[in-house]
Amino acid sequence: MNLANQPLASPDDPELADRASHWKSVYVHIPFCQQVCPYCDFAVAAGQDHLFSRYGRALIAEMGSAPDWGPLDAVNFGGGTPSRMPGRWLGRILENVAARFGLVEGAEVSLEANPEDWTPSQARELAAVGFNRVSLGAQSFDPVVLSYLGRRHRAEDIVRSVAAARSAGFASVNLDLIMGSPPETVASWSATVRNALDCEPDHLSTYALTVEPGTVLWKRVRSGALAPDPDQQADCWEVADEMCGGAGLVRYEVSNAARAGHPCRYNLSVWGQGGYLGFGNGAHSYRRGTRWENVRDLRRYVDTMESGRAPGRRQEAVTGWAAETERLLLGIRRRAGVKAGRGGRALWDSASGRRLRAAGVIDLRGERLRVDRPLLTDEVSRAILSMRPPNGSRVGSGVDSLP
Amino acid sequence: MSSRTLIRNFCIIAHIDHGKSTLADRLLESAGAISQREMRDQVLDTMDLERERGITIKAQAVRLDYQGSDGLTYVLNLIDTPGHVDFSYEVSRSLAACEGALLLVDANQGVQAQTVANAYLAVEAGLEIIPVVNKIDLPSAEPERAAEELSRILGGDPADSIFISAKTGEGIDELTERIVEMVPPPAGDEELPLSALIFDSYYDIYRGVVCYVRVMEGTLSAGERVMFMATGEQRDAAEIGVLTPASVPVHTLGAGEVGYLITGAKEIDQVRVGDTVTSAYRPATQALAGYTDPRPMVFAGIFPTDGDDYPRLREALEKLRLNDASLQIAPEFSQALGFGFRCGFLGLLHMEIVRERLERENDLDLVTTSPSVAYRVTRPGGKPDEVRSPADFPAPGGEVLVEEPWIKALILVPPEFLGAVMEILTSRRGELGPINYLGTERVELTCRLPLAEVVFDFYDHLKSKTRGFASLDYEPDGYHSSDLVKVELLLNGSPVDAFSAVVHRQKAYGYGREMVTRLRKLIPRQLFDVPIQAAIGSRVISRETVRAKRKDVLAKCYGGDVTRKKKLLARQKEGKRRMKMVGSVEVPSEAFVAALQVRD
Repeated sequence: MNLANQPLASPDDPELADRASHWKSVYVHIPFCQQVCPYCDFAVAAGQDHLFSRYGRALIAEMGSAPDWGPLDAVNFGGGTPSRMPGRWLGRILENVAARFGLVEGAEVSLEANPEDWTPSQARELAAVGFNRVSLGAQSFDPVVLSYLGRRHRAEDIVRSVAAARSAGFASVNLDLIMGSPPETVASWSATVRNALDCEPDHLSTYALTVEPGTVLWKRVRSGALAPDPDQQADCWEVADEMCGGAGLVRYEVSNAARAGHPCRYNLSVWGQGGYLGFGNGAHSYRRGTRWENVRDLRRYVDTMESGRAPGRRQEAVTGWAAETERLLLGIRRRAGVKAGRGGRALWDSASGRRLRAAGVIDLRGERLRVDRPLLTDEVSRAILSMRPPNGSRVGSGVDSLP
Repeated sequence: MSSRTLIRNFCIIAHIDHGKSTLADRLLESAGAISQREMRDQVLDTMDLERERGITIKAQAVRLDYQGSDGLTYVLNLIDTPGHVDFSYEVSRSLAACEGALLLVDANQGVQAQTVANAYLAVEAGLEIIPVVNKIDLPSAEPERAAEELSRILGGDPADSIFISAKTGEGIDELTERIVEMVPPPAGDEELPLSALIFDSYYDIYRGVVCYVRVMEGTLSAGERVMFMATGEQRDAAEIGVLTPASVPVHTLGAGEVGYLITGAKEIDQVRVGDTVTSAYRPATQALAGYTDPRPMVFAGIFPTDGDDYPRLREALEKLRLNDASLQIAPEFSQALGFGFRCGFLGLLHMEIVRERLERENDLDLVTTSPSVAYRVTRPGGKPDEVRSPADFPAPGGEVLVEEPWIKALILVPPEFLGAVMEILTSRRGELGPINYLGTERVELTCRLPLAEVVFDFYDHLKSKTRGFASLDYEPDGYHSSDLVKVELLLNGSPVDAFSAVVHRQKAYGYGREMVTRLRKLIPRQLFDVPIQAAIGSRVISRETVRAKRKDVLAKCYGGDVTRKKKLLARQKEGKRRMKMVGSVEVPSEAFVAALQVRD
């Protein structure tokens, strides 16, 4: 499997964005971590490595009972820290995915890894079993910021891990960065971006540090520690946007930039409202107007699968007007924008829409609704959610708990 | 009809919480007017709010039959008086219905400004005054000191005071005897044409307006055709009677007697406190002196926080007006606050009571704009206009004469706080008058002040700077020209009517600065820079900017958490719903409330 056949469309190509809505993908959640980062609110678990085998078998069991689906355009192993799981397990799971659902020619097969434990031998092993894209959790090149974020690696580890991926033959390498943490300055941030670009990644994600409820970071901020400053994050975003552009990376979503031919297909599919099946604890799936979610706790997930029960915990119908608004919510995060459709036109003509137009936030060119000021995307999202369904449309929302 | 020589009409003058209602209860009890079973504490305070706040809002009258030590049965008419500065007109009408007054003072707290003011009113009205010191059962009571203060005000001997405890009943018998002995029986001639003073009224949903009357001359008979002299309205005296305190219909009320009159009038405006009731066929030649139209002194806009509540607010105000002729209401529209009412009140307490009753009895959430006064604006060659809302105040420039209402205030305070009080008065454009020492522990200070300086938070400020010891009473003191300007607040260049205020030129900058600073903190960042300006006409006196929002976007939105992110956005959206649009600026409803909070 390789990406050679993929046409080198620009990552922000509207035609590509629209095509992604027909893609099918699979998400495999690997919850294991050496330690939980203070800002992380994902379904992760530290000190549970003894569950590798049971978890791996549970994943395979869940895939066995999944609906028929495929072939897949993208497979994404996220976490947690997927690279923490032994390569043979990752290989077995991937093999199972391919066998169960099938992969299209040139499918993207991606995993997340941490720089400190991404070794050349592991890289070779994973490339050999079929992974062709790796997303490295670099976060920062500044030791002060890395320490604030509770990360154990150093800047050198990042450089080394990129090289390991390259030499193992990974076709696409991504670096994840976190911007705008309180100890960061615009200067330290631009140094981080410079260092990241010097690694010549195919893809760069720059996420603003977010204080998620319940996290260690949240507790610190609540008891008086400095919170990230949105204005400083805006400065950082602008710096990154400009530097990426200068290095030939196209920002195709609020927080993501890529070289031609290297946008993340899995993410493009999600933003295009494409279907996906998620496996593992806390994983979400979306298919044919229904989204469902697995039990979040790692042990409960394993126990559930071992006792032969279904892991689903909640499902939500996303049809009618709810599907239309969600299409817009996801689509406007892309630089390619979204086909306006009835929802986009309704927004354009609404009072909020006029306000957003006046402020230069949204634009309608041809039949495409686009957000020209991506940092204000949520203003548009709220305006979309505030619209009343036009007469005669089905509302189609509602959350049900599964037994 | 009772023999006039056996009638005693009297009232009780007391400060809030000095025990007036408890004393009234004791008097009723001692006269056997109500049995223990019927006894409910503080019979005279009928409204819940009155009971709760310990103040009396509407006067009432109760008739007691009292067996004197001389063996004769006397008729004691106890006329209740409202106990607050805002209701001085009502107090004066109640006093006019009496020949005597009990001046009741708390043995612990001593004389308060309002007691003094009302005592002077009673003296002017020619009433016989009996000084009474209450709450002598309290461990901290200092009855001698209170008696000393009373004697200084009344010019008598401290020994004239009667010491009582309305709570335990101590001294009540002696007091009742003293009333019979000291209060003169009413004058009057039953044969003269009828003139009866309306000293209070209320609205009863079944019987319409019930008015309390004191017959001054002639005889009021059930069924006769009567005329209200101020309005000229004629009606039948459908029912007359006395209150014991239950209403007992009678055939006639003769000169000197006190009772109620029901004519079937449905609106409180038709029957005005202070008006004279006379016979339609044989009218008195002259109305009784002292009537004035109800005159609100303080004005404020009242708006529902939720625009959908406007009809409920209107209904609630109309209901309150049934019982309160002094409350004036007129519909008002504000760009910022939507539809509401401009209301006129007798004073601040009146405003507070109305607001509280609206919110409490109707479960309404209200925004009340800063209280203001009625300005008198005279344009060249024109007649004076009364301006009750800053919105109608003229722009600067032009030969316009602006006058504002002043008051004459009486403040009682312990000498150690004199400096603090004078400082407050000076900062509020006050003109100090004479200072008198009432004993060694109390100073009586008189001064003149613009009413506008008092309506806001003067009383709270006075109380806090004197640790609660100062008391205040005031009366109108005419209109005087003043250098007033309208300060407008502009959001993104458009004036926001709710924040405009008329202030003295010297205070305009301070007001503008304060409001601009407050609003900068209260207005969330928008999609564009929002300048906040305070201006007099076209001259900007203060400015701040709410910088445009730069970042408002979730870092990530992936498959896993679309549901959660949607919920988060939906919650934020709910917050937006409580915003009001002012021009193109979104302002949270709370910002209006917060910006109009008491400032200092």
